Amino acid sequence: MFGLDKKDSTLLILVAVLTLLAPFILNPFPSDSGLAQFNAGYPDLMQRFVIFGIFAIGFNILFGLTGYLSFGHAAFLGVGSYSAVWMFKLLSMNILPAIILSVIISGLFALVIGFVSLRRSGIYFSILTLAFAQMSFALAYSVLTPITNGETGLQIALDDPRIFGGAVAADGSIPVTNLFGLEMRSAFDMAVGPWSFTFSAGYYVCAIVMLIAFYLAIRIFRSPFGMMLRAIKSNQTRMNYTGLNPKPYTLAAFVISGMYAGLAGGLMASMDPLAGAERMQWTASGEVVLMTILGGAGTLIGPVLGAGAIKYMENIFSKINDNVLHGWFAFLPDGMEDAVVWILHPFVGKGWHLTLGIIFMLVVIFLPGGLVEGGQRIARAFKGKKAKETSEKATTEPAE
Amino acid sequence: MDAIILQILNGLDKGSAYALIALGLTLIFGTLGVVNFAHGALFMIGAFCAVTLQRLFNLSYETIDPTKTDFLGNPAKVKTPYVESWFGPETGAAIIDWSVPLAILFAIPIMLLIGYVMERGLIKHFYKRPHADQILVTFGLAIVLQEIIKYFYGANPIQTPAPEALSGIVEVLPGIFYPAWRVVYFCFSLVVIGGVFAFLQFTTFGMVVRAGMADRETVGLLGIDIDKRFTLMFGLAASVAGLAGVMYGPINAPNYHMGMDFLVLSFVVVVVGGMGSLPGAVLAGFLLGVLESLASLEAVISAIPGINQIIIYLVAIVILLTRPRGLMGRKGVME
Repeated sequence: MFGLDKKDSTLLILVAVLTLLAPFILNPFPSDSGLAQFNAGYPDLMQRFVIFGIFAIGFNILFGLTGYLSFGHAAFLGVGSYSAVWMFKLLSMNILPAIILSVIISGLFALVIGFVSLRRSGIYFSILTLAFAQMSFALAYSVLTPITNGETGLQIALDDPRIFGGAVAADGSIPVTNLFGLEMRSAFDMAVGPWSFTFSAGYYVCAIVMLIAFYLAIRIFRSPFGMMLRAIKSNQTRMNYTGLNPKPYTLAAFVISGMYAGLAGGLMASMDPLAGAERMQWTASGEVVLMTILGGAGTLIGPVLGAGAIKYMENIFSKINDNVLHGWFAFLPDGMEDAVVWILHPFVGKGWHLTLGIIFMLVVIFLPGGLVEGGQRIARAFKGKKAKETSEKATTEPAE
Repeated sequence: MDAIILQILNGLDKGSAYALIALGLTLIFGTLGVVNFAHGALFMIGAFCAVTLQRLFNLSYETIDPTKTDFLGNPAKVKTPYVESWFGPETGAAIIDWSVPLAILFAIPIMLLIGYVMERGLIKHFYKRPHADQILVTFGLAIVLQEIIKYFYGANPIQTPAPEALSGIVEVLPGIFYPAWRVVYFCFSLVVIGGVFAFLQFTTFGMVVRAGMADRETVGLLGIDIDKRFTLMFGLAASVAGLAGVMYGPINAPNYHMGMDFLVLSFVVVVVGGMGSLPGAVLAGFLLGVLESLASLEAVISAIPGINQIIIYLVAIVILLTRPRGLMGRKGVME
């Protein structure tokens, strides 16, 4: 299908089904039950799942294939957000031109940064990208305030020109983002018995964009170009001796992954039209690294899983508090219940970062292939096959 | 002119923190070949050693003082720290006042221990793995350490004042006044840096370590257990970072993410100085500190707006592209 082999088509269809049915899948608990707080099926969070999925897919094209570890990818996300919001301010509230512009601008930005950074490899490349991203962050906060609106963040306002489509909505308020009239924040609620499911227009736009991005990523992975990128990761020196110049390929990969980040940034601004400099800070770049590694660098589905896992933890896991824990362990004898809650307390709620850090370390130490490798190992153990069987294990070696 | 001198002083001060952290990073990289992203967390833990000691000294018991009454007319409760009751009120108060400098003695064994446990427990298993994996696992460790500190001490900065005698302002040059503690910090960093260099230069142990840095294999062939010494060097690097953190408390109240803020800059410093070059790290630390401060001069900012925010990164980019091995890097090391 679409030029994919059977295995990849199945994967794509599986991902498509999962994302399109996400409002059902992520809302497994009736809305009045005690477990309703673990429902992740509200539009805001679902949008974040897919947007960060796109971001991580793009990062994986660079890191997973070429092994170049960029610590400054959030800069492209930020640039994408800013350009999208400017498009809303100047042109119209239609998200299509905004997203196109954010992809183009962040691509250009990535071209410049990549051209300079890719002259070094290994740790130096990481530091260079980090330096560029921190520079963009610092500038966005200070000197570029006319463009970025500094600390407040760039927002749309009533007196923006918006030459196509009115500056002011019919009722005098700021118009909302739309796709040819389909408002991004419009949603349809469906109640089935005690369950309620929300279908948001914004989510489905993001989901479809992500599916396209995912499809393109599969094509890149399976193309001769992708093969070339893997060659860079496994042995750049040998590639040089073969007479191939790796630079254009790495630069192309860097720009593509920057454009993915810009796309994610543009979508983020389309869902909620404001952009702030903190999106470019290096901790944000660190987050996408965590997502990709956690899911499995170099695998197709890994980054999406990682993005989902981290965003789920950030939004849902962090809501578990002591009362919830007491509820869970109420069946234990009193003293033991308190003890268990006391032990778990540092890891849940506000401490979710600690859990994330520990899981991340465990993954790096024991499962360099991330959750995907974990899944493969479990599957293999169930099938009873020998471990020596070849698996597409993705080791992350830097290009040095 | 005074403004320039003041900014140079500021720069030397900032530079001494950069230099100390970068020195530790370089010690680890030069000996073990590991890129340690958790080094900022070690700096932060050092600062929290001072916080802990301050809290320990302030542990107190309550007694009822019949001569005084509180605002409700009840006999007032008076808190007396244990140190004051043990050493007498005056010595006790002095000990509490000097808790930050005293924390140096407290921090060294703790940091050595943390460094030892970190190296033997985790880093050891990553020597054979690629640099990217080392970066990732230490990055994860940094998050974990940071969160543990946040769990115990909360997210807000905690004031750790300097001793009364050192918290004033001194006249460093005729007509130029400067906070005393910052002068102390600068001198302290010089002493620590000098100590580390003297240790490496003038002791047999240091000689073996330097030999190991130059050619690990040959030293191993001579029948020396170089791994054991390198572990100790990791501990030493951890305590240098810790000491930098202890003394930094009075300048900036410690909070749980102070390490991450410094880490990024110290990496830039290490790269500018040259990976694996100890003098390079120190030189680049002071140099970048001074450059950053000079760029904050009014005249410079009005000429090139925003330069003070980006000068360090700008220098790093130029250095990396023109002289990849850094200012004083050895030829062939991670070029």
